[in-house]
Amino acid sequence: MGREGEVIATLLPQFERLHPDIEVRVQQLPWSAAHQKLLTAFAGEATPDLCQLGNSWIPEFAALEALEPLETSVAGSSVVRSADYFPGIWQTNVVEGRLYGVPWYVDTRLLFYRRDLLAQAGFPSPPRTWSEWRQMLAAIKARVGPDRYSVLLPLNEFEPLLVLALQQPEPLLRDGGRFGNFETPGFRRALEFYREAFTNGWAPPVENTQVPNAWEELGRGYYSFYISGPWSIGEFKRRLPPEEQGSWMTAPMPGPEGPGASLAGGSSLVIFRRSQHKPEAWLLLEFLSSPAVQRRFYDLTGDLPPRRSTWEAPELADDVYTRAFREQLERVKPAPRVPQLERIVTEMRLMAARVVHGDLSIDEGTRELDRTVDAVLAKRRWMLAREAGR
Amino acid sequence: MRAGLAGWVFAAPALLVIGAFFFVPVLGAFAVSLTDFDLYALADLRNLRFVGLDNYRELLRSGDFWSALGNTCYFVAAGVPLSIGASLATALLVNSRLTLLPAFFRTVFFAPVVATLVAVALVWRYLLHTRYGLINWGLGGLGLRPIDWLGNPHWAMPAIILFAVWKNFGYNMIIFVAALQSIPEDLYEAAHLDGANGWQEFSRVTLPLLRPTMMLVGVLTVAGYFQLFAEPYVMTEGGPLQSTMSVLYLMYEQGFKWWNLGSASAIAFLLFLIVLAVTALELHFSRRRESA
Repeated sequence: MGREGEVIATLLPQFERLHPDIEVRVQQLPWSAAHQKLLTAFAGEATPDLCQLGNSWIPEFAALEALEPLETSVAGSSVVRSADYFPGIWQTNVVEGRLYGVPWYVDTRLLFYRRDLLAQAGFPSPPRTWSEWRQMLAAIKARVGPDRYSVLLPLNEFEPLLVLALQQPEPLLRDGGRFGNFETPGFRRALEFYREAFTNGWAPPVENTQVPNAWEELGRGYYSFYISGPWSIGEFKRRLPPEEQGSWMTAPMPGPEGPGASLAGGSSLVIFRRSQHKPEAWLLLEFLSSPAVQRRFYDLTGDLPPRRSTWEAPELADDVYTRAFREQLERVKPAPRVPQLERIVTEMRLMAARVVHGDLSIDEGTRELDRTVDAVLAKRRWMLAREAGR
Repeated sequence: MRAGLAGWVFAAPALLVIGAFFFVPVLGAFAVSLTDFDLYALADLRNLRFVGLDNYRELLRSGDFWSALGNTCYFVAAGVPLSIGASLATALLVNSRLTLLPAFFRTVFFAPVVATLVAVALVWRYLLHTRYGLINWGLGGLGLRPIDWLGNPHWAMPAIILFAVWKNFGYNMIIFVAALQSIPEDLYEAAHLDGANGWQEFSRVTLPLLRPTMMLVGVLTVAGYFQLFAEPYVMTEGGPLQSTMSVLYLMYEQGFKWWNLGSASAIAFLLFLIVLAVTALELHFSRRRESA
């Protein structure tokens, strides 16, 4: 999919040399159409053998019973060793106790920030806790005045709030993903912090369509903190002029009390249940999972590898920008693993925007969100009850 | 009898095509709207439940549907008169004998209709940008404060209406130009001889003779504007605060984002009934006016 779909063509000749009897045909999908095309392929019984799948989609395709469980293959494999993978990322592939995918590359969110602006405000290093972060946000806002801000939290992106929520002790769904669990002290704390960022003028109340070039805006100092993922490293390197290159840096997410968790995102490799070539697909999966191939993949795409041993490579271990990601990856948590995840986080984002706008209080917002999410999960409860009765 | 049979035989190909590609899918969609067809049902049809009219009941109880319907009605109520007014005004201008290069202006005004929506939406997003946009720059020149067009829930729909009117008025303009050209010149001459001024000529000659065209344009535009989707899809994604969420957009989200095809089909049917009712009302009123 996307860039990965283009790059894989350069990795495959090596695989085909190792296994001359296997011919690999690649079909590229654009990310924007991938989800729909795969569901259509499932309905039309034309799913591929091996496929890259965004790890938040795995529960959905698992619910369709479209994916081949991989526990036995992994147990017998000398290449794919689960202990070598970052645990939070590995967990995203486990649904109801079964393993449906092997992480291919990882994607988590953390802070991109302006070192120089932070230093001018009197802070030599990035925040480790929310209270340090609050002080910095307030100090920067006091310096830049009414037309500039401290942090960008686009109101149409769910990820920033989801990261703050994942840092809390309570899970976002309760009773095995049967009900919403948003009226907890933890989620309210996250929502409170999120709202505070807007009411104090730390974050501009905008959607990302109004900040079409978030990287250059950080370079211009429109805000000093930006929560984003690994792809932004390349974007900053490419888009900021040379004289601004020294001004930005990455840092792990601060948490409520100390270094905080972030979202375990990324893509996995899955094998479809209907595949006629499962052993061959597994060989290719192993090939793509080996540290040597993952290093080449990183060189080609900048996608961060999910295995600790791959991270020992000097181009990753010694890079000043990826270092924060290496630290963050030890502290990533999967989002709730239910097929309705995307709907749930969308409802969360819509509710949060109304809270920020002042239409709802924290109490009303969390109560309404629990009610909406309970309704979204109604069919799932019925399915689970029926399975239990069988 | 034989003539009747021949008629059916001649009509059969068309009827078959209409049946296969219109009535069968519509009946299928109605059947789906009585079930809770979703992702689980896609996995295994045994997970499908017949729910009767529950989808409809739930929609009529949900705030999302009513607010989407409200937004759509706002768009229709403001957008249709503006759009038809702009079409008529430009048609009169383009058709005027005083206009230089009428063919050139006809082309210019028609250009937005054929321009790719996504491309022009991007341009409009820049025009409407709060800090860098040309429109706010112009407002600033008039001493007005900048407006957060696409970020403020009160201004997003007016911005969408402005964009949609600009995008669509050229089409109706062409229909009006054709109608204006079919009005016989001697009627204007007669009115002129009777001492009618320009406004009287317009209101007593032009408008009455445009009435059938007006009705056609009205029905087409209302039905088209009720199906608001692409403009918010590319400009605002339904936001901010769901203020540009239309009924059709809601259907798209339910159906193709969340795979609740039962609920999405129910929305489609409700929208169909609403458009049918509004069109029937329009026809009723215009007939009454004609007979009056």
